[in-house]
Amino acid sequence: MQTVSSLLDESWAARYRAISRLNIRSSIYDVTNRCNLRCKGCFFFSSGEHQVAPEETDLARWEAFVDRERARGVNLAILIGGEPTLCLDRVEAFYRRMPTSLATNGLIKAPRERFPEMMVGISLWGDEEDEKLLRGKDTFAVSSRNYAGDPYTYYLYTITPRQIGRTERVIRRIADVGLKVHMQLLSNDEGVEGFSWTPSQLADIRDEMDAMLDAYPQTVVSCRYYHEIITTGRMLGRPFGWMECPSVTEPLDTRDPRPKRLIRFIRWAADLETMHRCCTSATRDCATCKDGAAHMSWVMVNKRAHLRSTKDLQNWIEVYEMFAKLYGFLPW
Amino acid sequence: MSERKDIRTLILRIAEIVIEELKLEDITPETFDPDMDLVDELGVDSMDLATVALVLQDEYAVFIDEDDYPNLKTIRLIAEYLQTKLRTG
Ligand code: SF4
Ligand code: SF4
Repeated sequence: MQTVSSLLDESWAARYRAISRLNIRSSIYDVTNRCNLRCKGCFFFSSGEHQVAPEETDLARWEAFVDRERARGVNLAILIGGEPTLCLDRVEAFYRRMPTSLATNGLIKAPRERFPEMMVGISLWGDEEDEKLLRGKDTFAVSSRNYAGDPYTYYLYTITPRQIGRTERVIRRIADVGLKVHMQLLSNDEGVEGFSWTPSQLADIRDEMDAMLDAYPQTVVSCRYYHEIITTGRMLGRPFGWMECPSVTEPLDTRDPRPKRLIRFIRWAADLETMHRCCTSATRDCATCKDGAAHMSWVMVNKRAHLRSTKDLQNWIEVYEMFAKLYGFLPW
Repeated sequence: MSERKDIRTLILRIAEIVIEELKLEDITPETFDPDMDLVDELGVDSMDLATVALVLQDEYAVFIDEDDYPNLKTIRLIAEYLQTKLRTG
């Protein structure tokens, strides 16, 4: 039987111990059904989730809801939308009560006087050309002005197939404004032509992501194992998909056998009553889902499966550390 | 079941359940170190613990509160926890 100490030397064992009891229990909250953009390929609007439930507008109800969530054992609130910064009082209801991470397009700044250490992940869908094509404007020009040099902010760079060979310029621009970047892949929920991945493109982008990590270690928050998992959709020989996904809303999870999963995870709609199937849209095909957080969590919940070899366990540690950094549980 | 269930018997049975539920290989209840840290050494997570707790709850008719999981770090600590629960009913 493999044990942690039989596989790791002291420095890796110390890294393992720093994360082994973090016990991160996240849930995801749609803060609002509205957005100040309408990106082609946005899962929220393309699946009609913005019309599933009306928004709760009474702030006191949001506050009571967050208290209940805390009592339910959630210790990380991931705020999405729509665009959460359109409702900063709701964001504050979370931030005052539990560790909170904001997913935003960065067009409106969450003021640091009000949210001093809140983790902020700014969505970015490629370079100016792709951003204009998919999102109607070059959001980087605005978001980078809003957040330049901010120590708790990173870009969540969604790479599209058209970005192959062009990621370095994007990453350099992010480095130049003193921010970090984490990479994920577009799932192309609206089937925009030229934006679906082919196997050879996935192999190419994996090499490129590895190269970016090597070239910009202070800027890129990532690891090679994550690149492998997200581009191949395989972990320890197992394919990703519905029967493996960890990010399914727990009370709606009827899978049998039930896979290793995020404990108590729920994705809540903005009426604070409706639950969505998973961390992304229920209309997405799990077989082609590239959701970065779901893939990271897939690794994280399968810890013991990585006790096969030293390399496997080190890979697991690197993915967990990456997640913990992105959500404020470890410093960069 | 006797109220003063022998701790050694409990330890062996818990080890057996842990081995079975977590599908551990190359180890027997007798060779399982009851003081080995389940999280730090075996990589046990709260979902694993919940699986083991369910079996224990059924077998010993006790309630294991999830808030107590952080204290259930070793087989011996689980055995002592169970013993207390069984004594206090
Ligand atoms: S900014 Fe985000 S929520 Fe708004 S349309 Fe784009 S992807 Fe959707
Ligand atoms: S769409 Fe993606 S995140 Fe949602 S259940 Fe399927 S695999 Fe999981």
